[in-house]
Amino acid sequence: MNRYSIFGTALHRLAILCYVVFALFPLFWLLKVSVTPNDLLYSEGVRMWPSQMSFEHFRFVLAHSAFPIFFRNSMIVAGATAVIVTLLASLSGYALSRFTFRGKYWLVALMLLTQMFPLVMLVAPIFKMLSPLGLTNSLTGLVVVYTAFNIPFATFLMQSFFDGIPKELEEAAKIDGATQFMAFRQIILPLTLPGIAATLGFVFTAAWSELLFALMLISGNSAATFPVGLLTFVSKFSVDFGQMMAAGVLALIPACLFFLFIQRYLVQGLTAGAVKG
Amino acid sequence: MASIDIRNVRKNFGIVSVLHGVDLAIENGEFVVLVGPSGCGKSTLLRMIAGLEEVTEGEIRIDGVRVNERAPKDRDIAMVFQSYALYPHMNVAENMSYGLRIRKAAREKITAAVSNAARKLELQPLLARRPKALSGGQRQRVAMGRAIVRQPKAFLFDEPLSNLDARLREQMRAEIKKLHRDLGATSIYVTHDQIEAMTLADRIVAMHEGVVQQVGSPLELYDRPANLFVAGFIGSPAMNFLSARYEFGGSTAGARLPDGTLIGLSSGYQLEQGAAVTLGIRPEHVEMSPASESSLRATVDLIEPTGFGIILHLGLHGLPFNVFTLDRAALTAGPTVTVAFPPQHLHLFDETGKRALESGLQKRKS
Ligand SMILES: Nc1ncnc2c1ncn2[C@@H]1O[C@H](COP(=O)(O)OP(=O)(O)OP(=O)(O)O)[C@@H](O)[C@H]1O
Ligand SMILES: [Mg+2]
Repeated sequence: MNRYSIFGTALHRLAILCYVVFALFPLFWLLKVSVTPNDLLYSEGVRMWPSQMSFEHFRFVLAHSAFPIFFRNSMIVAGATAVIVTLLASLSGYALSRFTFRGKYWLVALMLLTQMFPLVMLVAPIFKMLSPLGLTNSLTGLVVVYTAFNIPFATFLMQSFFDGIPKELEEAAKIDGATQFMAFRQIILPLTLPGIAATLGFVFTAAWSELLFALMLISGNSAATFPVGLLTFVSKFSVDFGQMMAAGVLALIPACLFFLFIQRYLVQGLTAGAVKG
Repeated sequence: MASIDIRNVRKNFGIVSVLHGVDLAIENGEFVVLVGPSGCGKSTLLRMIAGLEEVTEGEIRIDGVRVNERAPKDRDIAMVFQSYALYPHMNVAENMSYGLRIRKAAREKITAAVSNAARKLELQPLLARRPKALSGGQRQRVAMGRAIVRQPKAFLFDEPLSNLDARLREQMRAEIKKLHRDLGATSIYVTHDQIEAMTLADRIVAMHEGVVQQVGSPLELYDRPANLFVAGFIGSPAMNFLSARYEFGGSTAGARLPDGTLIGLSSGYQLEQGAAVTLGIRPEHVEMSPASESSLRATVDLIEPTGFGIILHLGLHGLPFNVFTLDRAALTAGPTVTVAFPPQHLHLFDETGKRALESGLQKRKS
């Protein structure tokens, strides 16, 4: 390695480091505030770490607030949305990738169209539609709405993963004696696990952090998801930052666990060796 | 084992017509090779036999039974793809046994079939490996193994060796021939490679732009190509062509080249006096000779030694003309040489490019 390339690499790494610090600093601050006792929050000025750590906020949030309910609601909504969307998107993505059928062009256009409107525009009509169905103020309603809004993008995502799998693999399976569906389930699906993991992750986080619809469709604590719940820490006269941050840290945990769980499928290269030498 | 009948099969992709009525009867146990330039529809025909493409028109019969509407899985044939198409998430043994497993064969039968195939293809030490941990040649073997474990009615090969290097290709070619000898299964094999076609085939089917040009044994196609296309396609380096006019008189017949040279022919043809013809001669049949009245003078453009022989690139009246010779003296050939065409090795094609029909010279005299 010559001097120039060492310098170049160092610069490159430095740039990446800057971005990472920039991206992670708010998370660090979240953590910092969550472990700062209330009396030190304003008295210590700007410090990177409080002189005294305490978990009182966590204790309060877990034991005395409605946060565990928000958390459970969010888990149900995000989990169900992720599973349903991924299931439907893998079927529709496969169809878009492999079959030609009448109206395919218009179907794709329609799906793209749904992605073009700001969601705020749709809040009122959605509310109007859901309330006679009794789906406002219910987790099911949220799952339905989230599923509807996530499917187009998830479908395109899955389609691109299916496009990456050589057609010959399925053909070989069919000649070996498989039906179209068996070839899909036994050959194609296992090879699309990275794509499925990515889609699951994407939809889960989107549903986990959605605020607008949750806020508009849900009233009261019993069906509130955690982004809505976070707002309960904002009262008329003050914001309880310590508790709010503690709740935020707790809310990060499932997302982290989820990605830890799927990251091994996210690693690409599973199809290596399928074709060519 | 099965016979395959292809009757007036046509294929359109939308408005594009790719096959224009192919007729072919393949007998039980026969090894048929499809050759033709890129895009002539070889793969399409093979895929229609496999059931991967729909038949637009015509009929395909396997063992006398129409299969046009049957799914691939119900045709009981095996196919080896150019890209091998091994299942990446299964190891070698699983790849080979997949077909038997989904057909719910007994476990002992599967084990026996896999180990039998593995022994034939020398794959035993690799059975537990995934495809990505195999070399190109090994992947190719696994693809073959996957085809043979099922003991299908017929094998289809789509350029199975084209991703291998020359040495390995030769070796696998011999193995395929051995396998065919041992299994005796009906096989259809698509290739670009002349030598593969010549060495493997019981019969070669030469195709061009969706039309079968000639069907016959390798030597038939080499010795008596039915038209200009087959003549130019079979053989390497390719046959030389010269335009000429057919002349006959008395007990002789000949082809008059534009420069006035008369090339003697060994027989008469059913052609008019002065008919425009194309004269063909293979590079290996051209003789380098001392000058005579029927010999031609040519300039030497390029000399290519292949080790085994020498290819001379000549210019004959400004047109390219190739000669293949085993005589090393050709390496030092001067700026010009004289070439002669032995009459028994000449091919004559009529105006439409078809092989001209021969006739006795005596008959012509009347
Ligand atoms: N799915 C398709 N849609 C439209 N045209 C197609 C399709 N598949 C093949 N073709 C056309 O059909 C023709 C024959 O293709 P085919 O793959 O059979 O050629 P081939 O003889 O196998 O060529 P090669 O030697 O390059 O493999 C080509 O002109 C190709 O462009
Ligand atoms: Mg092809």
